[in-house]
Amino acid sequence: MSTATAAAIRRPADAVLRISEEAALDAAAVDDDAAAITTEPGDGPMLINMGPQHPSTHGVLRIAMELQGETVLRSKPIIGYLHTGMEKTAEDLTFLQGPTNVTRMDYASPLFTELVFCLAVEDLLGTEIPPRATWIRMLMCELNRMSSHLLFLATNGMDLGAVGMMLYGWKEREEILRFFESVTGLRMNHNYIRPGGVAADLPDGWQDDVEHILTVLPDRLEQFDTLMTGQPIWRDRTQGVGVITADEAIAMSATGPLLRSTGEAWDLRRTMPYLAYDEVDFDVVVGAYGDTFDRYSIRLNEIRESMRIVEQCLDKMPRGPYRTEDRKVTPPPRARIDESMEALIHHFKIFTEGFRVPPGETYVAVESPRGELGCYLVSDGGPKPQRVHIRAPSFVNLQSLPHLMYGGLLADAIAIISSVDPIMGEVDR
Amino acid sequence: MADEGVAADDAAPATEIAEQPTMFGVPCTDERGQQVLHPSRDEYLDVLGMAAADGFELCVDVCAVDGLTNRGRAVAPGIEPERFEVVVNLLDLRGRRRLRIRTQVPADDPQVPSAVGLYPGAEAPEREAADLFGISFSDHPDPSRILMPPDWDGHPLRKDYAIGAIPVQFKAVEGR
Repeated sequence: MSTATAAAIRRPADAVLRISEEAALDAAAVDDDAAAITTEPGDGPMLINMGPQHPSTHGVLRIAMELQGETVLRSKPIIGYLHTGMEKTAEDLTFLQGPTNVTRMDYASPLFTELVFCLAVEDLLGTEIPPRATWIRMLMCELNRMSSHLLFLATNGMDLGAVGMMLYGWKEREEILRFFESVTGLRMNHNYIRPGGVAADLPDGWQDDVEHILTVLPDRLEQFDTLMTGQPIWRDRTQGVGVITADEAIAMSATGPLLRSTGEAWDLRRTMPYLAYDEVDFDVVVGAYGDTFDRYSIRLNEIRESMRIVEQCLDKMPRGPYRTEDRKVTPPPRARIDESMEALIHHFKIFTEGFRVPPGETYVAVESPRGELGCYLVSDGGPKPQRVHIRAPSFVNLQSLPHLMYGGLLADAIAIISSVDPIMGEVDR
Repeated sequence: MADEGVAADDAAPATEIAEQPTMFGVPCTDERGQQVLHPSRDEYLDVLGMAAADGFELCVDVCAVDGLTNRGRAVAPGIEPERFEVVVNLLDLRGRRRLRIRTQVPADDPQVPSAVGLYPGAEAPEREAADLFGISFSDHPDPSRILMPPDWDGHPLRKDYAIGAIPVQFKAVEGR
């Protein structure tokens, strides 16, 4: 288990195809002595580029693959097509504006990026957030985990030919997004979690909406089980495909369902609790074989676990303020602005100049649906961060891809890419 | 007098330890409960190796920071802040501990040994730091750009890399 042997346990052939982006376009330019890659008809390995425009690449992922017949040998994910410099943008936005930016990274689970950024800011500020804000954050994040995993089930099903699953998954996800819209005003990119709490309290009747989701979903999950889990074709396509061991996953810095599929029960909600996860009851779902099927069933069952957490949030939701009373971070209530000049000035300053955060640096991590989502934040004491680095789980997990695909069939490569569940917005940032 | 002498003797080593705690032979600071090590560039790989042997088996993240506009920042006592910093976050799954390693990298020689030999998972994050900051990780197996196009000039996350704007043409301009 020690990392000292990590290099030794890499697959013997070294699954990563180390060629440049340009060389990947022209097989003749590959000066790899061992490769003998050729475009000539014959028996040698062939170089193909899959993507960036390919329905199964979940956006704009390009993979240069060395193929021997239908078998994938070495490969290299080529990314950056969606790079928009969001970490640079973040340096030019105040801490209050920050969530608007980071929420656009992982567009399938935007609340998690908002959460991790706000936790980092609050850590530097030393602000305590009220219990209701904590529980609202937890409620929203678990619902978001459900919607994100439903999106995974939809796309994973479609990638493997269960096209009906595409429609069912999106349909159930929409139920949750509708709730998000009623709370935050937006279906995605919510900018709901802010430093100091959340942007607004839960609307009247939110319990009914959440209960509706909780009553509808179990039946649907049963249907997914019928449609996929127990189905022989589904099992044939996923079992034993893209196997990774715990040692390999740890060596490749993989986290989330990819790590848990190997039997490693590492879930930050349990192992390093944040928010109030130590006060709720849930199970960490782990696999045994580290294959595509395990990763699928982990996500399916994590929806069930998230539902348990959401149920507990319903029961335990405390009353009280939904954001901190700290006047430094929180603008005065709307009613105060009408009667007090100072409140107006204060409000204006928070939204124009922003609040100052004490100098320092911090690393905060949460368990996003894809793995460990971290935020390394450096403040120089001003109202804007000096450096915001988001440790994106998709980005790091993607480097396991060549190891998962090595020696498998090209058709299995589709299943494997899908099972890693990369969100390209987060990969490229 | 004798009492004072004893008190002074007791106090001296205690404050010394409190001021300069070390771990793996390098200064160690406590950032609001997070352990941070400050090795020099020469000690960097050795410290990573010792951390790996100590149970920090997962390299969570490697990233860089440009301190050009933040020269007065706090580092460990005795460590001179340089322009760049390479920050490594490690995780011990068994002990449930985290460790951060901040290494100062001077602007005139932005070079750090690569950790890929110890942590294969550091490959992509190191490529990112190299791409966006122009820090070269020696002995990295694939030192190509990862996020920017291969023919791109400059390193966007450096502080002296100005934010640019590409004019967007929404309507046809006359004369074109």
